[in-house]
Amino acid sequence: MNTASPRDFLASTTDARVLEAQTPSSDYIDIGADHPLRLDCDKVLAPFRIAYTTYGALNAAKSNAILVLHALTMDQYVASPHPVTGKPGWWEVMVGPGKPIDTDRFFVVCPNVLGGCMGSTGPASINAKTGKPWGIDFPVITIGDMVDAQVPLIDHLGIDQLFCAIGGSMGGMQVLEWAARHKERVFTAVPIATAAWHSSQNIAFHEVGRQAVMADPNWCEGRYLERGVEPRNGLAVARMAAHITYLSEEALQRKFGRSLQDLAAKSFSFNADFQVESYLRHQGSTFVDRFDANSYLYITRAIDYFDLAAEHGDVLANAFKGTKTRFCVVSFTSDWLYPTRESREIVHALNAVAANVSFVEIESDKGHDAFLLEEPELFATIRGFLNAAAERRGLKPAPERR
Amino acid sequence: MLAPATPQTTRVDHLLIAEMVAAGSRVLDVGCGDGALLQLLADTKNVDGRGIEVARERVNACVARGLSVIQGDADRDLVDYPDGAFDYAILSLTIQATRQPKMVLEQLLRIGRSAIVSFPNFGHWQVRSRLAFTGRMPVTENLPEAWFVSPNAHLCTIKDFADLCRVVNARVERAVAFNAWGQQLGTWLPLTVHNLMGEKAVFMLTRQWAH
Repeated sequence: MNTASPRDFLASTTDARVLEAQTPSSDYIDIGADHPLRLDCDKVLAPFRIAYTTYGALNAAKSNAILVLHALTMDQYVASPHPVTGKPGWWEVMVGPGKPIDTDRFFVVCPNVLGGCMGSTGPASINAKTGKPWGIDFPVITIGDMVDAQVPLIDHLGIDQLFCAIGGSMGGMQVLEWAARHKERVFTAVPIATAAWHSSQNIAFHEVGRQAVMADPNWCEGRYLERGVEPRNGLAVARMAAHITYLSEEALQRKFGRSLQDLAAKSFSFNADFQVESYLRHQGSTFVDRFDANSYLYITRAIDYFDLAAEHGDVLANAFKGTKTRFCVVSFTSDWLYPTRESREIVHALNAVAANVSFVEIESDKGHDAFLLEEPELFATIRGFLNAAAERRGLKPAPERR
Repeated sequence: MLAPATPQTTRVDHLLIAEMVAAGSRVLDVGCGDGALLQLLADTKNVDGRGIEVARERVNACVARGLSVIQGDADRDLVDYPDGAFDYAILSLTIQATRQPKMVLEQLLRIGRSAIVSFPNFGHWQVRSRLAFTGRMPVTENLPEAWFVSPNAHLCTIKDFADLCRVVNARVERAVAFNAWGQQLGTWLPLTVHNLMGEKAVFMLTRQWAH
């Protein structure tokens, strides 16, 4: 076992993922000790760093900014290649020139969440006080903390009011927190495939994932970075279990059925006989190459703790009282992680304060992950909603494309 | 982009509603369909309009053209809105398709300072004669579906609707019937004539407070 000191480990590592957590290849801002972040757990975090990417140009009035908020295992590389995997941005179908979130017209900002592992401060970052990675000494954070940590970034960019905050899944939760905590700073809000609180079943799935990580002997009580090891198996199992919840029974059946993987007959072993097993193992192993296990614990915890109604006297509508934000809530028929009824709850709360809200349920058999995929109806909805809102805000149309 | 409404396809009841609605007001269109009325009101009266529509594909089309519309239905989703949230709550050719028309009308009167309701008149002479002479549920231009596929669960006549207005304590501010050619029937004509000659009717209502 590698017993080198943490600095030695970090100095000697060539692991791109570990390096990205320390010094992102994207832009970042460091928020100094003079602007401490008071967390929901009542601890104070300072200094901290938010890594982010931008696309397009901010107009003179600074009125065309769209904040894209990412889901659990995503990062700031929404429309540019991932520095570790080299894969395209995770939402390139949605964000780019001529796309629904048109970077020829809008200025897109996408931060890595607090607690993440792609350069924003999180458990894989070095704690300035100890010189060691935070590990599980990192304070437990909430979705609201993630949002509050993004505020200095938006200030830094000189943006008073975002034209739009948009995101799916946990990104949608951040959208709701932005709309609730910083009402006057969000002109439109688009929470997609999300909920105002995390259900018991979803907490249960997260707990399975965390237990898988923590049961891996290489987790080392959260201090694996210093020991030069990684709970790869545990994190891979966590990812496999979670990945099932992002799909639908129908999509899995259609994609894999009971087909065997490169086999003529069953092997009568515990090898990955079935294609679906092989697929999940692949999902697990590629995930651990790019994600920090402790980050996974912290971010899933933040999602578990999310309950917007509880933050507002158990009445969800109170979260939106007095809002002038225009909302567009989107759900998918086959999403059983955040089913339509949970989006409808958000809509009902918005109706209760007579907010300006659109709500579409999109027919898809692709499950929760549909929001990341080629869904023409989703694109038409987002495009139409943003264009109408942009017109209302007096934004110039995108230049003619040839 | 907000596409302008095309006048040649604009329904006569929509034109009348657009005439009734004050410019710049807040409007909820319950059962907004493809958003034609909301679009008309946005274009001609600059209203702050919202819609509710049950059919998913119509909702998505509305949102894609920039209208604020939610997927939902009148029976279930009106209860959420606060009292007096809108200047006008509109139910256009929809009340006959609701499960609980009385409750829906009460909700409209609660949510809107005024309620505007249009509906096909089942007392129209063509409907009556179809039923009388063929002995079958009438299928007309205005009521095109056979009974077994029709979404219409609670058809009524103009007289029936006037009765309902009394039951829910609504004041009829204005009532207009259109004949089969889309012409308004003279207001001097007795209710019985409206009920016989009107193919559809538009009522503008306000709540009569008990005290």
